[in-house]
Amino acid sequence: MNHAVTHPVPHHFDSAEQAFQASKLGVWLFLVTEILLFGGLFVAYTIFRGLYPATFHEASHHLNKVLGSINTVVLICSSLSMALGVDRVRQNDPNKAHQYMLLTLFFAVCFLIIKYVEYTHKFHEGLLPGAHFTFAGLKDDPKAPLFFSLYFMMTGLHGIHVLVGMGLIAWVLIRSNRGEFSSGYYTPVELVGIYWHLVDLIWIYLFPLLYLIG
Amino acid sequence: MIAMLLFQWRLPQASNFAPMVDRLFDFILWFSIISFLIIVVGMVFFLFKYWRKKIPEDKSAYITGHTKTEMSVAFFLLVVVMVIFYWGWIDYKAMKTAPEDALEINVIARQWLWQFQYADGKMLTNELVVPKDKPVSLIMTSQDVLHSFYVPDFRIKQDVLPKMYTNVWFVANKTGPYQVFCAEYCGTSHSQMLAKVKVLEPDDFEQWQMTGELPEGMETKVAPAEASAAVSGAAASTQGEPLAEKGKTLFSNKGCTACHSVTGAAGVGPTLKGLFGHPVELVDGQKVNVDENYIRQSITEPQSNMVKGFQPIMPTFKGQLSEEEINALISFIKSLK
Amino acid sequence: MSGHTEVGNYLTHPKGFWSWVTTIDHKRIGIMYMATTMTFFFIGGIFALLVRLELLTPGLTVMSADTYNKFFTYHGAIMVFMFIIPIIPAALGNFFLPIMIGAKDVAFPRLNLASYYIFISGAALAVWALMAHGADTGWTFYTPYSIRTNTSVVLVALGVFVMGFSSILTGLNFITTVHKLRCPGMTFYRMPLFVWAVYATAIIQVLATPVIGITTLLLVMERVLKIGIFDPALGGDAVLFQHFFWFYSHPAVYIMILPGMGIISEVIPVFARKHIFGYKAIAYSSLAIAGISFIVWGHHMFVSGQSPLANLLFSVLTMFVAIPTAIKVFNWTATLYKGSISLKTPMLYAVSFLFMFTIGGLTGLFLAALSVDVHLHDTYFVVAHFHYVMMGGTVMGLLAGLHYWWPKMFGKMYNEWGGKISWALIFIGFNMTFFTQFFLGYLGMPRRYYDYPPQYAGLNMISTIGSWFLFAGFLLMLIYFIRSFFSKEKAADNPWGGKTLEWQIPSPPTEHNFHETPTVTGKPYDYGVVKL
Ligand code: HEA
Ligand code: HEA
Ligand code: HEC
Ligand code: CUA
Ligand SMILES: [Cu+2]
Repeated sequence: MNHAVTHPVPHHFDSAEQAFQASKLGVWLFLVTEILLFGGLFVAYTIFRGLYPATFHEASHHLNKVLGSINTVVLICSSLSMALGVDRVRQNDPNKAHQYMLLTLFFAVCFLIIKYVEYTHKFHEGLLPGAHFTFAGLKDDPKAPLFFSLYFMMTGLHGIHVLVGMGLIAWVLIRSNRGEFSSGYYTPVELVGIYWHLVDLIWIYLFPLLYLIG
Repeated sequence: MIAMLLFQWRLPQASNFAPMVDRLFDFILWFSIISFLIIVVGMVFFLFKYWRKKIPEDKSAYITGHTKTEMSVAFFLLVVVMVIFYWGWIDYKAMKTAPEDALEINVIARQWLWQFQYADGKMLTNELVVPKDKPVSLIMTSQDVLHSFYVPDFRIKQDVLPKMYTNVWFVANKTGPYQVFCAEYCGTSHSQMLAKVKVLEPDDFEQWQMTGELPEGMETKVAPAEASAAVSGAAASTQGEPLAEKGKTLFSNKGCTACHSVTGAAGVGPTLKGLFGHPVELVDGQKVNVDENYIRQSITEPQSNMVKGFQPIMPTFKGQLSEEEINALISFIKSLK
Repeated sequence: MSGHTEVGNYLTHPKGFWSWVTTIDHKRIGIMYMATTMTFFFIGGIFALLVRLELLTPGLTVMSADTYNKFFTYHGAIMVFMFIIPIIPAALGNFFLPIMIGAKDVAFPRLNLASYYIFISGAALAVWALMAHGADTGWTFYTPYSIRTNTSVVLVALGVFVMGFSSILTGLNFITTVHKLRCPGMTFYRMPLFVWAVYATAIIQVLATPVIGITTLLLVMERVLKIGIFDPALGGDAVLFQHFFWFYSHPAVYIMILPGMGIISEVIPVFARKHIFGYKAIAYSSLAIAGISFIVWGHHMFVSGQSPLANLLFSVLTMFVAIPTAIKVFNWTATLYKGSISLKTPMLYAVSFLFMFTIGGLTGLFLAALSVDVHLHDTYFVVAHFHYVMMGGTVMGLLAGLHYWWPKMFGKMYNEWGGKISWALIFIGFNMTFFTQFFLGYLGMPRRYYDYPPQYAGLNMISTIGSWFLFAGFLLMLIYFIRSFFSKEKAADNPWGGKTLEWQIPSPPTEHNFHETPTVTGKPYDYGVVKL
């Protein structure tokens, strides 16, 4: 009863169920576009790797596998805690839900910190994209900078998605704190959850392609 | 004025490809005219026949479609477009396969002029001289951005890319000067990036090769009518030493001899004798055929196609050789039969 | 139906400037899109006139080569990204798609408004960049020229990136609306064909636009950070850019044409008072075109140096796309047979669509044939081809729709004679401007040429004079449309006798379209059933 007051079904829908289904379809479509956005980069990666397999093999040794693996685990954990958080909201258990969402945010921050460490290290060594590449070890392989161009583009774009995802989680957290969600209405939480899983999923592809080919 | 508007609407056919392309063009044209007429005459006829001057009632025949007719029309059209496709492909394939004995000329494009580099060392700007009735193959590269080599009267066109070679070939079968355009947008003077192909009788061509003299009427002169408008970039030519000779000199000056023999003996690097046109095996087991692009890459980016059984020690010569010099080296390596 | 008592119409019901800029009513958003994109059409058109003016005579006519290069870039970029891609879906689609399926709004009204503002920001960024610093790459941004030129490619590319988002959100909104908000009885096979067309378009928008997003982003990075992916000097691949660009921009040409085709499928049955011929074939051919459009992009690159095998595949696939299109064209013509036709302005535009789009489409076959394209690529033949499909196709469809729905949108009727005269001017002017260009192209005149050899002078002059007829036609149209706002006379609710839902409600519609959700019991083009 209470939530029906705070969340009346928008005028152009006939039922709450219809509204929920529509939002869900919308978000799924949006995720498709996200995948295609990254798809372009994956295609570029595939082409250049096909052209210069040795270079890519060699260059990937200069990524930090340990940090990469830790980050993979961190993101998978964050996905899990997000899923649990959504489930808690659905079960009318706001306090637990908040804890899970905070945990998710915590993992996300860890991810970014580790990424930051990796980036600074690369900057330091001169493992930079394209024309800025100065790393001596791969100096006479003219294609090596390309690998790092792709590395920074892909992980950078992914990093931006992590940041956006954190913003969204913070947003539903605040709304949840205001008591806006319950088992009757939790669409935004569910949708942010789906988005977060996608961010995780993209990383799961990036990690082996960039770090593990060597 | 009227005479100017009554333009000639067929282009001269000055190469082996021209009649070929025109035949298919005409086929599609007639087919299109017929389909267009069926649709538009039908449409206009219906419009007048069923035109009601007053706001019409909902009175019309209740026809919602006829799947069989639709399918048969679609099938018929499918057959026609497949014919068009196949025909286009056959002709195109011919355009892509240059005969062995073609006269090879290097082309270097840059903003905004064309340079033609002959095996005997001649270097012409904005002027390409070729013999009639003999296949000519152009090996083209660009120094900066994309360009496109286009001779409408020959019906040939090929983009010219930086850092790699593309090819186009033709047999010119009428003498005369023909217009070359740059057909890929390349900046400010894209529309001034013009040149002339001068097709000479074989005798005249030989004469030209010896003395550098063009026959009557073919001299590098701008025709008066052209002077006002699109002035083709001024032509110029220089005579250097033969390309392969120049390549040979470079080959020792740049230190290639330190690692490569030209006699067949393997050294630190593979011998370059008999290399061109034959397959080599790379470290990853892949077999590739040696062409201009392969050699170019071996020189500018040696690590990107490592030959099996050798160490990655060849230094890159990227940035140390001009396009002309790379062409000369390739020409030399080609001559090592 | 005329007794709209308790609420005013959407134009006047909430009042005031603020109520417009914060509106989430799909109709108002549609109108705002229309005003914006039409403005861009006029701006793009003025650049076209300047381009044509320069080409009036060989050599320098009124401007320098650099200016010319900028102007055709502005013309192409504005027309494509700010006019023809958004206009039909975002303006007319926004307005009519929900009404035609009996919905009160699109699925995400707020997102709809957001996508409008995203569009405006992207367009403003791009236009500002064009005006302040210029860009001279052509609308195709080919690398490496676009990496080297010292004009403001970065900002324009960012503008395109942002506008892409708007297009994605619009498409996403429409797909969801069609799936989730159809009124009772509105099955897929009862949807008007315009809805089918916009639906197919939306699929392309959602699936193709992200790729132009990443492409422009990479181009920006290429210029800012020199990442080298598209730059051969840094080991990258210049032709890869072309693949990326056309992977979006080829499907985009069907984003442009499908909604126009949808309008034609509405207008022809209404003005012929006849059931559409082959409803399902037309509906499915839209989807077929959308599907095939993703696998033909390489036909823009036949002489780019891509492998002959790729060329073979792209050529054959391109041929397939002609078949569903041909089915549509035949079905529209067949619809006229034994109809009861009235030649009002919308119908005039619809039949000129048939006339000109057929020419444009058939010349596409010349370009799809490999050996012939080698000769015609990057000549005026291509320019003529795409103006015949975009201007002769999409713009004719748009104008048909604009006249057809004008009384519904504004409750006012335009001057019919004004409509006919301006149609005649546009029809003559268009064919004069662009038919000549087929000859120019066959005779070898390359496109993007500031200057040309004298043998092309005569045809160019005719073409330029044609563009002035076009100007006169559009100016007249602008005048009578503006005048119609001040006309005292109210338009009828259903002046043309349409059967689709938008004609069953008042003109202009009320704020929430329907007082109560309608229930649909029949098909959208049931003419000729009731024989008197
Ligand atoms: C609205 C936009 C639109 C549409 C609908 C089309 C439709 C088609 N286009 Fe076009 N095209 C463009 C916009 C469009 N194009 C643009 C903007 C460019 C250039 C971009 C640039 O470089 O700047 C271009 C360029 C272009 C090229 C590249 C040319 C080059 O650069 O060398 C090719 C090549 O295949 C091509 C082919 C086709 C084909 C086969 C169709 C088909 O879909 C047409 C199908 C229609 C018909 C065939 C007519 C109706 C049918 C009949 C009358 C029945 C009888 C016919 C048969 C089926 C046999 N187009
Ligand atoms: C929707 C797409 C679209 C439309 C509608 C048009 C419309 C027109 N186009 Fe263009 N065109 C393109 C898309 C389009 N074009 C593209 C994509 C290119 C390729 C660019 C490139 O190479 O990168 C191109 C290129 C192009 C060229 C080739 C340039 C070159 O290669 O060098 C030419 C030359 O004739 C041309 C001409 C025209 C003309 C005369 C019109 C006319 O139909 C325009 C008619 C409109 C008007 C005349 C406007 C009237 C204005 C008013 C009435 C306003 C009055 C109001 C006030 C004064 C307040 N266009
Ligand atoms: C320091 C030694 C060294 C020098 C100097 C050198 N090369 Fe090489 N070159 C090699 C080696 C080793 C290989 C085989 C491995 C590879 O492909 O990189 C090779 C490969 C090649 C190939 C490919 C041969 C094949 O069988 O496929 C060509 C062509 C070539 N070099 C040309 C040149 C030219 C031209 C120069 C001088 C401008 C030059 N090289 C200078 C060591 C050298
Ligand atoms: Cu060179 Cu255009
Ligand atoms: Cu295309």
